[in-house]
Amino acid sequence: MRMVQVGRWITAIALLLLVGVYLRALAYTPVEQSQGLAQKIFYLHVPAAIWAETAMILVGLSSAFYLFTKDPRLDRFAAASAEVGTIFCAIVLTTGPIWGKPIWGTWWTWDARLTFTLFLFLLYVGYLLLRSAVADPAMRARYAAVLGICAMCEVPFIHLSVYMFPTLHPMPIVLQPGRPKLPGSMLSTWLMSLGVFTLLYLGFMVQRYALSYLREELEAAGEVGHA
Amino acid sequence: MRSPNLLRHAWAVASKDLLVEFRSRTAILSVAVFVVLVLVVFNFGRDPTAVSNLDLAPSILWVTFTFAAILALNRAFQLELENHALEGLLLAPIDRSSIYLGKLIANLVFVATIELIGVPLLALFFNVLVLPYLAPLIAVIVLATVGFVAVGTLFSAMTVRTRFAELLLPVLLLPFMIPPLSWAVLATGRLLAGRPLSEIAGWLNMLAVYDIVFVTLAVMLFPATVNE
Amino acid sequence: MLLAEELRHSFGAVRALDDVSFSVQPGQTLAVFGPNGAGKTTLLKVLAGLIQPQHGRAQVDGGRRAIGWIGHQPQLYGQLTVRENLRFWSSLYDAQPPGDLLTRLGLEEHADRPVRALSRGLVQRVAIARALVHDPTVLLLDEPFTGLDRIAAEALSRLLARHAAAGRATVLVTHNVEEGTGLATHVAFMRAGRFVHFAPRAGRGPEQVGEDYRNAIA
Repeated sequence: MRMVQVGRWITAIALLLLVGVYLRALAYTPVEQSQGLAQKIFYLHVPAAIWAETAMILVGLSSAFYLFTKDPRLDRFAAASAEVGTIFCAIVLTTGPIWGKPIWGTWWTWDARLTFTLFLFLLYVGYLLLRSAVADPAMRARYAAVLGICAMCEVPFIHLSVYMFPTLHPMPIVLQPGRPKLPGSMLSTWLMSLGVFTLLYLGFMVQRYALSYLREELEAAGEVGHA
Repeated sequence: MRSPNLLRHAWAVASKDLLVEFRSRTAILSVAVFVVLVLVVFNFGRDPTAVSNLDLAPSILWVTFTFAAILALNRAFQLELENHALEGLLLAPIDRSSIYLGKLIANLVFVATIELIGVPLLALFFNVLVLPYLAPLIAVIVLATVGFVAVGTLFSAMTVRTRFAELLLPVLLLPFMIPPLSWAVLATGRLLAGRPLSEIAGWLNMLAVYDIVFVTLAVMLFPATVNE
Repeated sequence: MLLAEELRHSFGAVRALDDVSFSVQPGQTLAVFGPNGAGKTTLLKVLAGLIQPQHGRAQVDGGRRAIGWIGHQPQLYGQLTVRENLRFWSSLYDAQPPGDLLTRLGLEEHADRPVRALSRGLVQRVAIARALVHDPTVLLLDEPFTGLDRIAAEALSRLLARHAAAGRATVLVTHNVEEGTGLATHVAFMRAGRFVHFAPRAGRGPEQVGEDYRNAIA
């Protein structure tokens, strides 16, 4: 119970901070020259994308450790990370077109990065579907771990295949070799947003993990009750 | 020594699968019919002045191969499940990997048979020159096929025991098929258009890396799908 | 020949094996009786190496190569013939099917028929042949008499007696006290993952064993 409450607090704080960051982004940071107001979505879109991919790496790592140790906590972590990662993927896939429509004139294009996120989303969906399709908890954990590891290893290959597409997507200006090419106020706002998304990830994870744990307890109690 | 036994047992599993398939022949026939159907329909459907054969050919080829692969994959472990034979395989003093490798070999033979039918038919119906590029074409086909059949064989071991097995497998497999398929389609297109080999070397490399990574991963992870 | 030490294994909250220890020597046949859900099948699977116990260990001399398993499922490929099935399964054990195996089980005339074309009784016999094809020294049987008609049941009993006489070990698991007792040299009762009784049969007949079982389990 406590864990769920802790998770809720973290998430609430993170959401409040997110609103704060966004107000700062809208009011305080300069308007970008070529793209105008639409560019401001970058403060939401990029940190979400970073965490969407990181969450998948974490799913893979915890799955690998689960297969070695069989510790159910690692399986719970993997499941939680997959769900949270799916949400962040969805954020990227919705904020992307919202930005794209005024800039590119179209809701969707087979642009490298957007396509990458779409495939990442498919990986997540497959993982969650597999989990829901297996009834036995031990088998579910094993199967999910196998898929999780494969999904993590697939991510670099999706990068490889997708970056061959011609892209209209803005090139990296923060995560690039050399100093970020951003004016200070934009960079600081972006960093704040990244921090908020990290907090959001933590908050969601803690809640989701705690809910898994509670659900497992209920299932176990139910079984004992029937016997 | 482990290795000769591993391969020998894998071959025993594979030949048993192929014997069963050869007896019934339903799967291979239905896929062969599908190949002909796709070739005919696409030929009628296109406007010769707008779309050239060479634009369509790679996609058609790979659609048919993918369909054949999914069909083979769905059936592979189904055979063990319906005969309750998986337990027998696990009881035998063989490496778990032999079971995986055996299934992989059987699936590859199945898909290869379809590919052997598909390529000449494509050349015939679509009037596409294939012979000059045969060797690199075979390389592309082999590398890409091994890639997604390897992953598919691993996944089918898991999905076969779930509720919506035939539906779940393609869904799980889709994001894993896209990289090797996209490289294969692009490379096939360039090859058939007569581009120099150097252009496709990059894709061949990526396909090879993909194969090595995922076959190794699948062999290592397979025991986790069958052991309790 | 067969040793189990402090086996413990749970499926979630259900304890299938709760500190089970015993040994079976060559020539002995252990019959394990117990109600459904007592953990008998889990015990056999641990002995066969199909399940890794969470605690304790099980050891069979000769490993998986020495084990023959007869369970509810025939583990045969319906689309293949009897001969092809035996050849496949024996190849996994790096063995050849013994020449007289088919004759011993009365399967000579059906050898080239696909298994799915055979009657239930014949399929059971092929399943037994499959289990014996690599000349196992340990036999593990999971409710083997289920669904067998009287002739087939007698044939199986004769076969098991011959197996024991040749100095091999057998573990037979069943909830049917009548069928298992005659063959057993040792008897165990299992409930909720534990052995509540383990002793030589000592000349007890099925009725006596049945009564001891009811007293122990009730």
